Formats: sequence, structure tokens, C-alpha cells
Amino acid sequence: MNTLTNRSAPVNRKPMTWLESMYLPSILKGMAITFSHIFKKKPTINYPEKTRPFSEVFRGLHVLNRDAEGRENCTACGLCAVACPAEAITMEAAERQPGEEHLYREEKYAAKYEINMLRCIFCGLCEEACPKDAIYLSQTFAPANYSRKGFIYGKDNLLIPHPVHEKEAYLAAKGNVKG
Amino acid sequence: MYLLSIDWGFLIEKAALISVILGVSLLAAMYTTFAERKVAAILQDRRGPNRAGPFGLLQPLADGAKLFFKEEIIPTHSNKVLFILGPCLAMMTAMMTSAVIPWGADVKMFGRDVQLQVADINIGILYVFGVVSMGVYGIMIGGWASNNKYSLMGGLRAASQIISYELAMGIALIALLMTTETLSIKQMVLQQQDGYWNVVKQPLGYIIFLVCVFAECNRTPFDLPESENELIGGYHTEYSSMKLGFYLFAEYINMFISSAIMACLYFGGYDVPFVDDKANAGEWWLLVLQLGSIFGKIIFFLFLFMWVRWTIPRFRYDQLMNLGWKKLIPLALLNMLVTGAVILYLQNKK
Repeated sequence: MNTLTNRSAPVNRKPMTWLESMYLPSILKGMAITFSHIFKKKPTINYPEKTRPFSEVFRGLHVLNRDAEGRENCTACGLCAVACPAEAITMEAAERQPGEEHLYREEKYAAKYEINMLRCIFCGLCEEACPKDAIYLSQTFAPANYSRKGFIYGKDNLLIPHPVHEKEAYLAAKGNVKG
Repeated sequence: MYLLSIDWGFLIEKAALISVILGVSLLAAMYTTFAERKVAAILQDRRGPNRAGPFGLLQPLADGAKLFFKEEIIPTHSNKVLFILGPCLAMMTAMMTSAVIPWGADVKMFGRDVQLQVADINIGILYVFGVVSMGVYGIMIGGWASNNKYSLMGGLRAASQIISYELAMGIALIALLMTTETLSIKQMVLQQQDGYWNVVKQPLGYIIFLVCVFAECNRTPFDLPESENELIGGYHTEYSSMKLGFYLFAEYINMFISSAIMACLYFGGYDVPFVDDKANAGEWWLLVLQLGSIFGKIIFFLFLFMWVRWTIPRFRYDQLMNLGWKKLIPLALLNMLVTGAVILYLQNKK
């Protein structure tokens, strides 16, 4: 008979010999195998003490970027919301007032910017759509909350820390962000 | 004043010994559950419980606390008295067996000779057998009283399995008793201190005994009474809270005691290898070594129980019965006959 691979073996239907029917030799063989596993390396990573290294392009939770002076990049153009296949992003635009030039980079900014993390599928299309380099997917992941409401992330959750005033936090967040 | 002339020190000594032994066996059972999970994890390249306390050492406490705080459910269709009696019996018989195990040689303490054995009765091993056979009632009654077909099947399986394997166990033991010529466990240990360990004289008998111990303790591959995937836990399907805890605990105490008995019968009990126990009798360091010796053996057997559990799957019911009746009993009979013949030959040679 033709076999599909060279790994197939015919089933052994011989009745067990007396020694085999005592099961002991094969049990001992099995025990040797399990014993050898004591010395094997464990693949488990002790999360959260240790975390797995992610690739450069890992798509985790979003951050809203600021420029070097700490001004928000987002102009609330809405391209990310249009690109979003899960319709997770909503925003409200507002006009920059005189005296707010140190807060927002351009004349229009997002007064409200919300991402529903329960809807989000972390595809990264918002990142691709953004013309202003304002939204990035970071390497943080596993959001946890007690209520569904808590999964709607506003600007307070999304904005990257200020690069001048909170330099360390900014660098830490930046370390996980490309660009 | 005859009644008052009891040796009160003796009573206090025994009471203290009993509480220590019960405490130790409960603690051992607790940490055996932990060790079981840890060993399972290590054999399967996992990490096992490591969150409660350092290395997860507080895990058994957390498990115990959880069991205590669970809702206690007694099914309406169950027989309430028997339902409660089941786990009690299982626990009681599990704890009673420890009475005849010698944990170490006699020590001098507070000017008295203290035996490290609750009762050195001359029928020690028969007592163990009697009490262990009672253990099946806990399971059977629990399974019957639950009024649930899976529980009942678990109970029935337990009964037939334990009765089948007790036969082979008994016959394997008869061969051992023919060589030792005593039923007292203490005497057997003393004999093994002078000569070889009994496992050298009775290797086949030991293997049969070991297999039967696995069956008596309902451990894999003989865990058909529980078989969590076909019988959903078997005899303890309907049990919850600390009643379930008692069943699980009883199983682990049984393992502990069975390991101690195997150590005493076949592996010299508290005998320390390469040390002359007689010449150094009464020394404190010897007592420590002896306790280390018996507990080391017990820990090895407990590990063996777990090692086997995480190696092989459960037997099918017909395989179980075939192994018990068609393989182990004839082997045990053969072992007994050969032992008898050798003893007769040695006697006639003199």
C-alpha cells in the first residue's frame, strides 16, 4: 500500500506478551521520560515580574504624541476615526485660542479624543492614517478595569507625558514608541 | 485506689505523641497537596503555584481557607446522615492507621523511656489492614448517600477495586510475614536494622505490594473511583466545602501513611543505613538521623506516587480487573510458594 509520508507505521495488533501485560516495563520507560522533564527549561515567563520582549512593530495600547516642545500633534482631522474598521475612535475638535500656542501645535486640536479599547482590534490602521504623526500604538498591553466604562480611554489616558516637564515618564513612554 | 494508680505520665506521653503525629500527618497532607501541584508542574515543564507567599508555600493555607468558606451543599435527595458520615469515616480511618507506625527508636525523655510509637501491638500489620479496609466504607457510603449515578458508580468501583487488590496485597504480605515471623511492625524494623532490608528478600512481593498500595490509595493509574473526566469526580461529585476537603485530605493522609508503612515493612523504617543503631542507641544525633531516615523514605514514596500519577493514564476497568485478578494474585501466590519452599529448604539444611 502506498503511504502518504515515510513516517507512517502500521498498527501493531499483536496480542500483548505476558511481560507487556504486566505494564511495568513500559511504565518505567514512561517514568524515565517524565523524570527527564524535571531538568528541562520552563517556557513560562513569570508575568508580571518579567515581560516578554516584543517586536518593534508590536501593536499595543495607543498613545497621542507630542512634539519636542510638548505640544499636542493631533489636529482632530478625523482620518483615524474614518480608517478605524472597528469604529472605536471618536473625537471633538476645537479651535486653538490665542495664548494656547504652547499647548497645541496647530490651530485646530482635539478637545475630546476617545478610544473604546473594547471595540479596538489593534490593527494599527489609525497609526497609518494619521498625517500628523499624532497617534501611535505602543508596546503596553493588557488593559484591565472593573467596568466597561473604564475601557473608554480619553485624552488623560492616551496623551504621552510632557517631554519637558515630565521628562523621565516621557522617555519611558517614548522608549516603547517608534519614530 | 486501683483505678488511680494508672501511670499518668504514660497517658500524657501517649496523648502528646498522638497529637504530634496527627499534627504532622495533617501538615504533611497539606503540603503533599502543594507538592503534588508543584511536582505536576515541574514534570510538565510548568511553574506551578508560586503566588501565595515565597515559592507559593502559603498555597495550601489559601486552599484550606477557600474550602472552609465555600457554601456547604447537602443535596435534597441525599441521605443526610450517611452523607455526613462518609467523609467522617474516610478521615477517621485515614488518621487511625498511624497508631502502629514506629517513628524512631525509644528515647530517654524526662527520665522515662519514651517509645516513638503510639501502640506497639503484636498484630500491628493486621491492624493496619483492618483499618485500611474500613477506609472503603467512607467512599462507598459517600457515593451511595449522594444519590447520584456518577457518585454511585464511583463508590462501586472503589469497593470492587479495593477488595480485588487487597487480596493480592494480603498474599504478598503473607510471604513477607513468613520471612519475618512477626506481625509487629516495630519488630520488623528491628530485624531489618540487624540484617538486610526486606526489599532484598522480597523484591517481587514488594512490587506487588507497591502496585496494590497505589490501588488502595485510589491513585493513578487506579483512580477509577474518582476519574474526574468520566465520573466528574466519582464518589465526591456532590460534596462541597470542607466535606470535600475531608475526602481530599483523607486521600493524602492515606498516601502519607501508606508510604510510612511501605518504608517500615520493606525499607527498614527508621533504620539508618551504614550506622550501627544498636551501639549508638539513645544518642540524640541518632534520633535525628532516624527521623530523617523515615521521613526521607516517606518523601521519596510520596514523590513516587506523584511521579507515576503524572506519567501514566488511568486503566480501563477491564484492564484494572485483569491486572488484579489474573496477574497480581497468581504472581503473589507464586511468590508465597517460592518463599515457603526456600524457608523449608533452609530449615532442613540445618
